[in-house]
Amino acid sequence: MTQNSPFSRSEVSGAQGSPALLQTTGLSKAFGGVHAVTEVNFRLRRGELRCLIGPNGAGKSTFFKMLSGQLRPTAGTIIFDGHDITGEPQHRIARLGIGIKNQVPSVWDGLSVYEHFWIAAHRRVGARAAHAVADGLLGEFGLEAIARREVGVLAHGERQWVEIGMVVAQRPKLILLDEPTAGMAGDEVKRTADLLRAVNVNASLVVVEHDMQFIKMIGSIVTVLHQGRILIEDAMENVLNSRIVREVYLGSGYARG
Amino acid sequence: MAPARLSLAELLLWIAAAIGVAVLPMVLSIFQVVQITVFLIFCLLAVSLDLSWGLAGLLSFGQAAFFGIGGYSYAIIGINGTMTSAATLAATAAGAAAATMIGYIAFYGRLSAIFLAVMTLTITLILLQVMGSTADPSYRVGSAVIGGYNGMTNIPSLVLDPRGFFWIVGGLVLGVVVTGRLLMMAPFGRVIAAIRENEQRVELLGYDARWRKLLTFSLSGAVAGLAGALFASWGNFINPEVFSLAQSAQVVIWVLVGGRGWLYGAVIGALLVQALTQYLGSIGTAYTSLALGGLLVAFVLLLRNGLLPALSRGMLSLGSR
Repeated sequence: MTQNSPFSRSEVSGAQGSPALLQTTGLSKAFGGVHAVTEVNFRLRRGELRCLIGPNGAGKSTFFKMLSGQLRPTAGTIIFDGHDITGEPQHRIARLGIGIKNQVPSVWDGLSVYEHFWIAAHRRVGARAAHAVADGLLGEFGLEAIARREVGVLAHGERQWVEIGMVVAQRPKLILLDEPTAGMAGDEVKRTADLLRAVNVNASLVVVEHDMQFIKMIGSIVTVLHQGRILIEDAMENVLNSRIVREVYLGSGYARG
Repeated sequence: MAPARLSLAELLLWIAAAIGVAVLPMVLSIFQVVQITVFLIFCLLAVSLDLSWGLAGLLSFGQAAFFGIGGYSYAIIGINGTMTSAATLAATAAGAAAATMIGYIAFYGRLSAIFLAVMTLTITLILLQVMGSTADPSYRVGSAVIGGYNGMTNIPSLVLDPRGFFWIVGGLVLGVVVTGRLLMMAPFGRVIAAIRENEQRVELLGYDARWRKLLTFSLSGAVAGLAGALFASWGNFINPEVFSLAQSAQVVIWVLVGGRGWLYGAVIGALLVQALTQYLGSIGTAYTSLALGGLLVAFVLLLRNGLLPALSRGMLSLGSR
């Protein structure tokens, strides 16, 4: 329990002094004998936009699910905004200000786009103000034309936006996005990058992505997860030039050559 | 899914239904009035299931249990000389209490949807056994003899005049449907609809799904308990058959045929299936169960969403042509 101090760990991203919004200490998750996440010490500054990358099975989604309360950690602690949220129920974590878009799109197929935004905002601001929030988001995301359409019939990219919009409607302090551009076309990816930069004005973000172009677009510090552990945490160009990252992604033979 | 806003058409439908309930007993014979009254009681039971299954996606085979608990509560309290209106209220509360207990275990224990269905069915069948084994005259509450499979007789009527009783039952069906529809359109109902579609997403937005599901389920139990009281009052009789497998399944069939999630579908389904059952019985065929089974299979295969959603989709596609 001595690990609870938010400053117990050396800084990687050069943010000494500024208070952490999120701090995990020794965070681990094992499924039976499989160690999905192992002793991850992760620190995010207020207002930061961070990318989380790593090969399949690196533990990115498991890490997100522990942060949002969908999975209970096997060991370690999560401190968010001064609260110890380790193992708290997901709705309480959401109320403290963490919003998440899971990797698998999770929406309400039988409800309209408008209702998604309205319900997401309603808990925080009440019925009338939620209409204003929903209208605003429809404009921001360019979804006015399909506002009354059932989400079940929408294209994959549109469904992604609906879910991102819902998370934004919550006004969380921290937004976790697991592969927000999956299934999007090139111009949609660019639009999403612009949207996320706009969202970043009011909220901190952690984004799991595979699309290197997208990561370059949003230009943030990148954390690389590999086999459940943090491999490296640095600016994008340094990560791309790192020998160890190449080995992980492309195999050791390639990196040597 | 059913519209989330009140339309003029729906308002007119309510007014037409209210006029229908008011006028029907004046133009029909007493026999017909009594017959339609029991159909309406079944409509109320069907609507109670649609409140939990259609709105919140909580499939319960326990509506028969809540119905029976309501019926027996009304009978026991009524026979002991309490005012029948108080007995009806108590029966409604008993149905709600039973649903609350089961729902609390299921929702706060985070048990799966299939568990709720199995648990409610099991409890219903346990009640069938328990109530069936009370034939000994020593099983009595005050002056009310439970009577085992012979059931309870001489249950007092809520009101003696069949027309008056029809108005009460019809008014209650209409009242519950209107209240249910308004609830669906209210913020609470929209969140419940979202829970039906994807509960995790709702929780990740900071809503506690558990008490919302529990409240919906309790409401559904209350309406089923009310229907049970009206049923016991209608025939002045109740026996453990209300807890039988056939009765439990029948409620699900009504909603399945009419179409779930609309409340109107439950009403139409109950009326249609009951009318068909009655017709098949009256022409003296021995194949009533077979015909109903065939109907169920046909609906599951061809009209999975039930009659009303299929009709509305047909109307929409005609309109857009």
